Amino acid sequence: MDVIALTWWQLALAALMVVALAGCTAALRLGMGRSLLVAAARSVVQLALVGLVLEALFAAERLMWVALMALGMLLIAGREVMARQKRRLIGGWAFGIGTVAMFLSSFTVTVLTLTVIIGPEPWYLPQYAIPLLGMMLGNTMTGVALALDRLTDTAWRQRAVIESRLMLGQHWQEAVSDIRREAMRSGLMPMINAMAAAGVVSLPGMMTGQILAGSPPALAVKYQILVMFTITLGTGFGTLAAVAAGSRRLFDGRERLRLDRLAAPRH
Amino acid sequence: MTTSPTLRLDGVTNGSLSCVSLAIAPGEIHCLSGPSGSGKSRLLRAVADLEPHGGEVWLGNISQAALPAHVWRARVMLVPAESQWWADSVGEHMPQAAPADLEALGFTSEVLAWQVSRLSSGEKQRLALLRAISRQPMALLLDEPTANLDEASSRRVEAWLLSRIRKHGWPVLWVAHDPAQIQRVAERHWRIEGSELVEAASWT
Repeated sequence: MDVIALTWWQLALAALMVVALAGCTAALRLGMGRSLLVAAARSVVQLALVGLVLEALFAAERLMWVALMALGMLLIAGREVMARQKRRLIGGWAFGIGTVAMFLSSFTVTVLTLTVIIGPEPWYLPQYAIPLLGMMLGNTMTGVALALDRLTDTAWRQRAVIESRLMLGQHWQEAVSDIRREAMRSGLMPMINAMAAAGVVSLPGMMTGQILAGSPPALAVKYQILVMFTITLGTGFGTLAAVAAGSRRLFDGRERLRLDRLAAPRH
Repeated sequence: MTTSPTLRLDGVTNGSLSCVSLAIAPGEIHCLSGPSGSGKSRLLRAVADLEPHGGEVWLGNISQAALPAHVWRARVMLVPAESQWWADSVGEHMPQAAPADLEALGFTSEVLAWQVSRLSSGEKQRLALLRAISRQPMALLLDEPTANLDEASSRRVEAWLLSRIRKHGWPVLWVAHDPAQIQRVAERHWRIEGSELVEAASWT
């Protein structure tokens, strides 16, 4: 079965309906019309550009270009992790910890999946490598950002409790253990929910796309399971690394709670 | 019970206070007073190594820097004015509480099963002292240990603390406001004036 080709005028019909929605909200003075149109326009431009990049990348099939693209995605994800935190670690640590954690987990799991499990030829075949890495990074980014935000914000709120536990002679890891557990939980919860709801409440986007593109559902399901597991691995190890490094950074060599290492929230 | 060693501050500098030096012999109580914001609590925090500070603190012949920070704090224990509780029940915070100590502070062993949320501020303060002492420190830093208590229970806590301190020979640095209390408990009394400690006559 071949995919039914979409032409630009067919997309224009869909776009027209978005404009109609924006018109309705504007008429009702709900104040969402403008941001709706801006977001829609942004998604068209960004996706069109990435389409061009992917076309070029697929044509070239060179490891260097794939690596460069991966690096760009990683740095943007690192920036996003930093921007999503209310009280982030200062001195580049928020960006550094987030980026290194995502690099260690997402890249390792993606490369392992490509070389050991899927095995395309060559292993960095962009049709497989880039979408896989994109899904890994997108989810790992959410997990790492949620966990770090929870970690620093809770440490800030509960500083009296943490210091009280230090005063009683507890090791810093024991004093911060409850907060670490909370942070881990918030990082992993979205993925656990997604796995629990998969197929029952929601049809995952990748599987839907593959079925639309003509794959037999059984194969699409297998890929979806593989992707969910790898995403869980990436998110889990990324969150683990970020929480370990982030909580260590909250204390100095003398196990003192150093909230002066957190930036004040921006409004 | 072996006697604890001397607690010695050697040129400790933290916040507005500079170069504080004093030595507290085993079993001795030194009271510390001064206007609010003068740096009493911060001095205690420096001795417990909870804040970066200048100078050195010694317990016997062991310096603060020679021990891992959590080992130092388990020996030189700070009890802050406001107590904090992280678990649901009282008992989870102090698995080693002795029944005799509970009784001396007006509790029975039942208190260990109580929810922290139903404690009054006075009960919290007394239990926080008990919690610290049940961890068997070698020196105590007390920040207004009877601030939330009425006269009667304040005297009771004071008497209990004194008996524990005498028994174990802990050196104690005790932040207090009440001149009568200072007169009752202190061997020596230091007042903060500007950036230094000045020894006050024992009757002031």
